[in-house]
This record gives sequence, structure tokens and C-alpha cells, in this order.
Amino acid sequence: MAENVLHVENVTMQFGGVIAVNSLTMDVNQGEIVALIGPNGAGKTTAFNVITAVYEPTNGKVAFYHKPMVENYPKGKMKKLYAGQNSSAYTQSISPTPDKITRLGIARTFQNIRLFKSLSVFENVLIAKHMRAKQNVFSATFGLNAKEEARMRAETIALLEEQDLMHLKDEIAGSLPYGLQRRLEIARALATRPKLLLLDEPAAGMNPQETEDLGAFITQIRDKYKLSILVIEHHMDLVMEVADRIYVLDFGKLIAQGTPSEVQDNPDVITAYLGVDEE
Amino acid sequence: MKKSTKTLCSCIALALLVGFLLYMETLKTTQGMAVSILQKGAIFSIAAVSMNLLNGFTGLFSLGQAGFMAIGAYVTAIFTIPTEKIVAVYYMNGVSEGIMSIKRALSFLPEPVLVLLALIAGGLVAAGFAALVGIPVLRLKSDYLAIATLGFSEIIRALISSPQMDKITNGSYGLKNIPGFGGENGLGCLLVPFGIAALCIVIMVLLIRSSYGRAFKAIAEDEVAAEAMGINLAHHKEMAFVISSFFTAVAGGLLAMYMRSIEAKTFQVILTYDILLIVVIGGIGSVTGSVIGAFLVTASKEWWLRFFDTPLKIGNFQVPLLRTGFRMVIFSLLLMAVVLFWRRGLMGNREFNWDDIPRFGRWVKRKFTKTPATEGGERNG
Amino acid sequence: MSLTTFLQHCLTGISLGGAYALIAIGYTMVYGILRLINFAHGDIFMMAGYFMVFAVSSMPWPIAIVVVIVGTIILGVAIERAAYKPLRSSPRMSIMISAIGMSYFLQNLATYLFSALPRAYPEIPLLKRIFQIGDLSASLVTFVTPVLTVLLVIVLMSIINHTKAGMAMRAVSKDFETSQLMGIKINNVISMTFVIGSALAAVGSILYFTDRMSVTPFSGALPGLKCFVAAVLGGIGSIPGAVVGGFLIGICETFLVALGYSTFSDAFTFLLLIVMLLLRPTGLFGEKITDKV
Repeated sequence: MAENVLHVENVTMQFGGVIAVNSLTMDVNQGEIVALIGPNGAGKTTAFNVITAVYEPTNGKVAFYHKPMVENYPKGKMKKLYAGQNSSAYTQSISPTPDKITRLGIARTFQNIRLFKSLSVFENVLIAKHMRAKQNVFSATFGLNAKEEARMRAETIALLEEQDLMHLKDEIAGSLPYGLQRRLEIARALATRPKLLLLDEPAAGMNPQETEDLGAFITQIRDKYKLSILVIEHHMDLVMEVADRIYVLDFGKLIAQGTPSEVQDNPDVITAYLGVDEE
Repeated sequence: MKKSTKTLCSCIALALLVGFLLYMETLKTTQGMAVSILQKGAIFSIAAVSMNLLNGFTGLFSLGQAGFMAIGAYVTAIFTIPTEKIVAVYYMNGVSEGIMSIKRALSFLPEPVLVLLALIAGGLVAAGFAALVGIPVLRLKSDYLAIATLGFSEIIRALISSPQMDKITNGSYGLKNIPGFGGENGLGCLLVPFGIAALCIVIMVLLIRSSYGRAFKAIAEDEVAAEAMGINLAHHKEMAFVISSFFTAVAGGLLAMYMRSIEAKTFQVILTYDILLIVVIGGIGSVTGSVIGAFLVTASKEWWLRFFDTPLKIGNFQVPLLRTGFRMVIFSLLLMAVVLFWRRGLMGNREFNWDDIPRFGRWVKRKFTKTPATEGGERNG
Repeated sequence: MSLTTFLQHCLTGISLGGAYALIAIGYTMVYGILRLINFAHGDIFMMAGYFMVFAVSSMPWPIAIVVVIVGTIILGVAIERAAYKPLRSSPRMSIMISAIGMSYFLQNLATYLFSALPRAYPEIPLLKRIFQIGDLSASLVTFVTPVLTVLLVIVLMSIINHTKAGMAMRAVSKDFETSQLMGIKINNVISMTFVIGSALAAVGSILYFTDRMSVTPFSGALPGLKCFVAAVLGGIGSIPGAVVGGFLIGICETFLVALGYSTFSDAFTFLLLIVMLLLRPTGLFGEKITDKV
């Protein structure tokens, strides 16, 4: 079996009385494309935010290549309020800032695209190179890192060429059409040299043709950059086409998992989706 | 325009500027007003660019400038007041032994070196304060950060004028006998502030253009996305805050030298507002805008709008409204007009480019041939 | 410090705090609705002081008070219409800059119209009458201020909690966009907020300046900032919070001055603010707001 990349264990995220994610356990293995699906408000994006440390989970653990990356247990007010399970299973509190997670090798895109809108396409991608540079503020200011800066720029140009965005290099990111903004956001995430890529509804707002292209694109970047990919998506066609395995969330709870065909026939999934989604 | 042409233009402009400054220096006695405006403009351009570095480029709305300028001014003043005059300055409360021994130890240095050292020391002390204050305060969001930094600057002012600090800051008496620019013979009264201002601004521009500058801009655009790009928010915000405070304090040091005597009252919140207004008029996110704004605002406040303050009679007709204080009313109205109708300021977030000159010419031509296009003011639900 | 002086300082502090509380309400209400630090509020308060100077010189004081309140309300609403309304959809930084610009403008205007020299504040004989309770003696204004403050707050709270306009106000402060979609006339609500805030600032100004005896164009700036701090301490958006914050700052300040640390009294207010923001950013009574990612 392929090596485990991401291991999410009993993660619960509770906001006051609302349990957004309830004891979620899931895995992503090397080279896999895993889809996280579920009706609106099922807690998919919250799960992403826990993995990328935007939120500190109320309880549970996230490990990256077997190393614990995020871990927490109910504290303070949550001790009484906590409504998930396994509350006593975790004893340490590891809560890094999101940038640390990115540095470990997890990159993400956002549901509502978050580009640096008034910067150019080139700068948007170049910024991703900042975190791995060895410069300090003095060497960078006085141009003592010329070699490194040149390397960062060259890498950015190479990536833009690979992603077929080179002709837009000097465009202002916010002025691009929607589809291109999505692609730029993925390119920017790739520029951080991730091992695991998290895509939050990459097909949102795309037409059927674009969605189909996106499917091919996801498989293609997986192979090209040796990635593992975790994707949140509503378009069932896309999910069925690209995903190796699927996790289904409903009201924060995992209700099914397995290969696309297994999940498709699962009665729970059908119940959760009926009358909720158009599919 | 080609790159080489632009470089040539820049070189010519620089030479002209130096020539102009040298020429003005010889006219110091007859053109006192112009010289003093140029000095003040240079000082405020440092303060404005460093505020822009923080507010415009990093998106941190800080209003602590007056406090950091006060730190820079006091440190510079203490270092540079001639040793033989210092007892006279502190005649009420006496001087702290520490200051005296530092001054004695540094007395072998020639004055220009001492001034430079004093400015850097002022900057470093302010940077130290900024580092300490920044750790807790920079976690706050936009307007809370503004009010906390504003509070910090008031705390600094209270500390300076407190009786407990008498032997160091001379309490509420303030410091006098600070040497001005260019020493006794007066040469360099413009070149010194302009030279230091140019150096500071060039360093800040280099920073903004570097990889760190891009990271700052990313934070200003979208903090969440910047973090997702691996940029450590706390670390980078702190860095921008410390660097900006350093240069603000250098501007404060120069201000002390310009004013020759300072007291805690010099550094009230209104000073911060003045700098903010320069940044707004110049354009938030434009270095050249801030520099142009600094000179424009200083000149119009102290000079061009001055006629508003003097009563005027044409024939038998007494022109109404013109009397002391009207200038500042007009000035603040102009400012409000910029804030409300011309939100991008002079330069928006662009920088000056030699291509702008022919473009500006075309723009003027267009404006005068067609009806002017309305700008700004659009609203949506 | 003997018990009598202690009580005397308490009384002065409570009185000062009452005036602060009235001004702080203006800040907290505007912030609650527009998410804007109305930097000009302190200067509106200063202008109210000048209005009083001129009103009393030409009419009996009870009418003058009404005129001052009405004048201040007009000024407050005019400022909102001129300087904040056009910027409603722009970034928060622009509106804040506009508020700072407005404060700058009012100070300069006052300097131009009334000169920078302090003007004697008119004495209202009734308010200045000295009362004696045991060993304590104070003018009537000292007793009136806290009582009036509490009364006005009770009236205000019942307006906000029990009238339709109050309900609209609460809705807007919870969610600006949604309440707009629900058909609430946002502009009316905002004007209403400024009307209430300015009226209270006018009352606060009468109480504050009667004790201080003179007005200058800059006498609004620092009290203004302090009252904003009071609003933050109490939890921005919360009216009882602003009142508690106002009293707290008034009392602390009076005691610092009494103990001989008058230079630190302003600094202390801001120190209190920074400590509060770090320990409990939402203030004493504030609600927690979470950012959505």
C-alpha cells in the first residue's frame, strides 16, 4: 500500500453549541486523489480550515507523513460543552500558524478565490517563493541575494509557462476572468512546492466544458508534480471521474467512504443528497 | 520611452536638484522661508514614506508616528546638544550622570559623525520600543490597532514630560540648543536633510521592491491568503512595524534639528494626523506620491495658502473671511475634498515614471478638449 | 488620604465619569452601526461647548441649553451626511481617514472662528450652587451629572429595546447588509444614531465644561479619545459597557491626579486600553465577533 500522506483522526470542530465537524477520521495516501463531498454546510471547508490550521480543532489530531501536525483537546469552556467523542484521547496541544502548514508542504486554494487582486499574475506566483528563500531582510533589501532572487524569478516563469499563464504575466490578477483566476490560484498553490494539494470547490462557477477540462487538469498536475490531492467538490461528474476514493460528510459527520462506485450506491448518501442537491 | 533615456532623465533631474539645493543654500539669508520649507518637506517625506510602508504597503493602520518621532527627536537632541551647553539646558533639574558620561565618551567625534550616530541611535531606540510594543499590539485588527498605537504615542509623550524623567528629558521644560543642520558656517543646511532623506527613502524603496516588500503587499491584500502562501504574519508585521518606526524616528531626529528646541507638546497626535494627511494626499501605496505630498503639503500650508491669513483690501472693498486661521480651514477643506472625491490621491498606488510626463500632457489635452469625466463617487448596494 | 478627601475625589471622579459616559455612548453607537471610530465626535463635543458660549450670551440659559442640543444634533448629522455617507462602500481605512480629516477640519474651523485662546464657559448659576453634605462640598453639577447620565441611559435603553426605531438600530448593528435587504431604511437609522450621539455629547459637554470653565478648539480631542477608550473598555457596541467604561476612566483619572501623577493620567487611560485589548479584546460587555474565512 502507498505511504500515508495525511491522516485526520477524530477531528471535532465545535463553535459554541454548533458542531461543524464531528469526529472526522480520514486518510490521503501518496499519489491519491481523494474527494470530500457532502451537502452545503456539511463541514467540508471547516475540515480544510482545521487541516491548514486556520482553525484550532476542539479535539483530535492531524498528522502529515506520520508526524503530528495539529492536535488539540477540549479546553476551557469546551470542557463542559464538548459534544464530540474521544475527548480524553488527546493530551497535547499543537496549534501551528497556517504558514507553518504551508511550509511543511500542504498548499490550498479557497472556495471564494483569494488572489492578491491588485498585484500582477507574476507577483502572485512569486510571493509563494518567499517562504523557502534563505535571504534575510538586510540581504534582500540591499540586493545581496541577487542569485536567489533570480532563481525565484526563473522558477516562477518556468511554472507560469508550464501552466500556460505566461502570456498573462503582467496582467493584474483581479482583472482576469473567473476561470483564469481559478487556474492562477492553483498555480500559486503549486508554486509553494506542495506534497499535498487541497482544492476547495475548484469547479465552482465553471461551465460543463470547463469542468471536464478541470478533471483532466487535476489528474495531470497530480502526475506531473507527484502530488496527493484532497478536493472538495459539488460536481458529481467531476468527482466520479477523478477521485480514487470519496468521503461523504453530512452535518459534520462522516456517513460513507469508499471508491466512487461504492459511495454512489450507498443508501445513506442517497438520503443525504435527495432533495438537497440538484444531482 | 527607452530605459536608457529614462536613466538619463533621472540623472539630469538629480543633477538639477543638487544644483538647485546648492544654489538655495547660498540664498539662505534672503530666502529663509523657502529654505525652511524645503528642509521641512525633506523631513516629512521620510516620515510619510515610512508611514506608507506600514499603512499602505503592509496594510497596518498605525497611528503611533508622533510617539516614535518623539523618541527619535529626544535621543538625537540628547546626543547632539553641545556638552558645554548641556548644563544650561537642564538648569532646573540637572543632567543624569549616564547622559554626561556618554557625552564625554563621545566628545572626540567630529560633529557630522556624532549627528549621524545620534540619528541612528534614535532610530534604534524607537525600533526597540516598536519591537516590544509590536508583539502584543500587532495582533489587533485595523481600527483597534490604530487606537492602540495612538494610545502608545500618548503614553510616550506622558513619559517624556513626567517629572520622573526630568534628568533625562528635562520634563516639561523641553530641550533647547539643539544644533541645526550644517553646523556653524551653515553649509549643508539643505544637503544634509535631503541627503539623509534620500538615503532613508532609497533604502525603504529597495525594501519594498525586495521579496519582503512583496510579502508585505501580500499581507495588505489578503492576510489569509498570505498565510496560505507560507508568510508568517506575526513575523512580517513586526518587521514592517520595526523598520517603519526606525525611519520615523530618524525623521523625528531631523525634526529636532530643524526646530532647534523640542518639548513633549511638539509630538501630539496632530503631528501623526499631519503625516497621515500627506500620505493620503500623495496616495496610499505610492512612495513618490508621499514625497511629492510632503513638499506640496508643507509648501501650501506654510507658504502658498498664507495669503488667506492676511486681511486684504482691494480698493475700498474689504475681502471677507481673510484673517488668521482661514488658511488652515481652506487646507482642511482641500483635504476633505481629496478624501471624498479623489480617493486615490495624487498618485494612487502607482509610482512616478518618466513616461508619465508625455502621458500627463495628453491627459491635460484630453481634459481641455472634451468634457471632463466624472471620477469616483460610485456606490453599490 | 482622609475619608473625607477620598469621598470628595470619588464624587469628582463619578461626575467626570458621567460626562465621559455620555460622550462614550456616541462612540459606541456609531461604531456598533458603521464600524467606524468617529474621530470627529470629540470635536462635535468641543463645538457644543462653543455653541453654549454664544447661546447663553443672547438668551436665558434654559432656552440656550435646548438651542445647544439642537445645534449639536444638526452638526453631527451634517457631518455624517457630508463626510461618511459618500464613503459607505469604500474600505474602512478611507472612512477612518475621513473621520480624522473631519476632526482636523472642525479644530481648524473653531480656531478660525473663535481663535485659539480659551473662552470662558458661561456659568449656569443653578448648576454652580455649592452644596454641603457633612464634610463634603461640591457644586450641584457634580451631583447632577451622574444622576442625569443614568437617567438618560435608562431612557436610551428603553428606546432601543422597546421601540421600532430601536429594533431597527439593533438589527443594523447585528448585520448591516441583511437589515438593508429586510427593508430597513439604513440612512434613517444611521441619522438617528448620530442624532442620539450628538444630543448626548451636547449634554455631556454642558456638564463637562461647567466644571472646567473654559473651552479651546483643542479641548475636545483628548477627552474624545478617552471616551473612545471608555467605549472599548466597556465593549464596543454596548451602551451599558460605555457607561461603565466612562465612569471607570473618570474615577481612575481623578485619583491619579489626586495622587500627584497628573502627567500620567492620560497615559494611564491608554495603558488601560492596551491591556484590555490584549486580555479581552471584546471589552467587558462586548460580544465576540468571528471572522469568516
